[in-house]
Amino acid sequence: MNARWQRLYDWLDERVDIGELVRFMGKKYVPVHRHSVWYYFGGVTLFLFIIQVTTGILLLLYYKGSEQLAFESIQFIMSKVQFGWLVRSIHSWAANLFILSAVIHMFSVYFERAYRKPREITWLTGMLMLFLGLGFGFSGYLLPWNELAYFATKVGTDIAGVVPVVGKPLMLFLRGGDDVTGATLSRFFGFHVAVFPGLFTVLLVIHLLLVQRQGMSEPPGLERGTDRKTMPFFPNFMLRDVSLWLIVLNVLAILAVFFPWDLGRKADPFASAPAGIHPEWYFLFMFQSLKYIPSRVLVVDGEVLGIGLFGAAGLIWLLIPFWDRKTARGQKNRTISYIGIGVLLYVILFTILGWIS
Amino acid sequence: MRPHDGVTGLAPGAGTPGGEGGRRDFLKIALGAGALAWIAAVLYPVIAYLKPPRQAEVEVTSVKVGKLAAIEKDSGTIVRFGSKPVILIRSAAGDLRALSATCTHLDCTVQYRKDLGVIWCACHNGKYDLTGRNISGPPPRPLDEYRVIVQGDDVFVSRKT
Repeated sequence: MNARWQRLYDWLDERVDIGELVRFMGKKYVPVHRHSVWYYFGGVTLFLFIIQVTTGILLLLYYKGSEQLAFESIQFIMSKVQFGWLVRSIHSWAANLFILSAVIHMFSVYFERAYRKPREITWLTGMLMLFLGLGFGFSGYLLPWNELAYFATKVGTDIAGVVPVVGKPLMLFLRGGDDVTGATLSRFFGFHVAVFPGLFTVLLVIHLLLVQRQGMSEPPGLERGTDRKTMPFFPNFMLRDVSLWLIVLNVLAILAVFFPWDLGRKADPFASAPAGIHPEWYFLFMFQSLKYIPSRVLVVDGEVLGIGLFGAAGLIWLLIPFWDRKTARGQKNRTISYIGIGVLLYVILFTILGWIS
Repeated sequence: MRPHDGVTGLAPGAGTPGGEGGRRDFLKIALGAGALAWIAAVLYPVIAYLKPPRQAEVEVTSVKVGKLAAIEKDSGTIVRFGSKPVILIRSAAGDLRALSATCTHLDCTVQYRKDLGVIWCACHNGKYDLTGRNISGPPPRPLDEYRVIVQGDDVFVSRKT
């Protein structure tokens, strides 16, 4: 058997020079320090993305993206298709864990200042992927065409419509008309299964290539130290990665089996919004903040102000590598930590407030 | 691996080269078996999921296709028989015949060609005569026959028993 594998390897090596790749893997080391644990969240996020692609393709085999059939087709998946309940629940749970893991990954990169030169592009692609992830969540939420999804999409697209100048056309574009209808479902379905995955894949490839090319970042303090410890990427780090992935998959299975995702009731455009309606947890902090802004602040509409503030904050956050000059120069920048802690506390507090209200 | 390695490997004081090998082999087998069991546990639900569930279908034995007077002479019409198409032929002489409209070649639906006086499949130019016999082109066997029953003015098609 070994001789045969060797022949196959030689055949490939002669043509595409695998040897170089193997030598590259062999030279790749992962820094070991007290913050090393955060390195794993990128890999976990990647794994959850793979799960989403796999379960998403499986769901596509039976899902019907139309106003009349969407809800019924998911009922069919959950009651008639073998393990359909499991596949759908895993897709829903993994979507949420994906956002959570990506957010943890983002904050850890932020606090470790890993976005600093030369990794600005890695940060940018990562942030864009997180925004796309939110888009995945928002578009996927509508696909079961149930009551909650219907009203969440009405509210969400209505907020987009508040944005000055571009808002109204944007809302029409998203809804495919004046109201949330079957046309909206068709669009969201297309975004969710074609447009977003395509864009995401391009960003992901750039992101991963850069991580391989530049190696893992070390926190600035440790970078200056003399006795730096490392671990070979292959096989040591990779095996740890894979064991963690196994644990994540088992957690997903447990969640999907013991806390199966609800389907709710089919959307009815002529029914009142149910009490206690709220967006997905990762939008809650923004949703809750909007509730506290008065309807008019001086001459500005409250909603417009809220969206403007969140938009500006998002943009500043996205562009950190370009305005955090001190870290780039190799100096300590405590302001970054204070801002980060402030943002983290704000998001946690308002998410909790949104949850209990 | 020698047969007794497993034994020495598990024995206390396994520090000898043979013992090390035994323990290593044991771990390798345990890990490999675990990985296999785990892959099976993932693949089984996925493969089961791929199998389309059987949709409950109403078993159709007979359908009413219309009034005799409404069926033209020298014509062929496709009628629904459960989920399958059936072609109802009325010859120039006026007798009725019902045949499966599914071409025996590759599953296309056939049609009546007035100009040729045959049943014709557009996909690969297969031809059947009006009794359903394959007379030209690729079809390997005749079309299945159904029974036509005329009760008063009503025409029924039923499965041949």
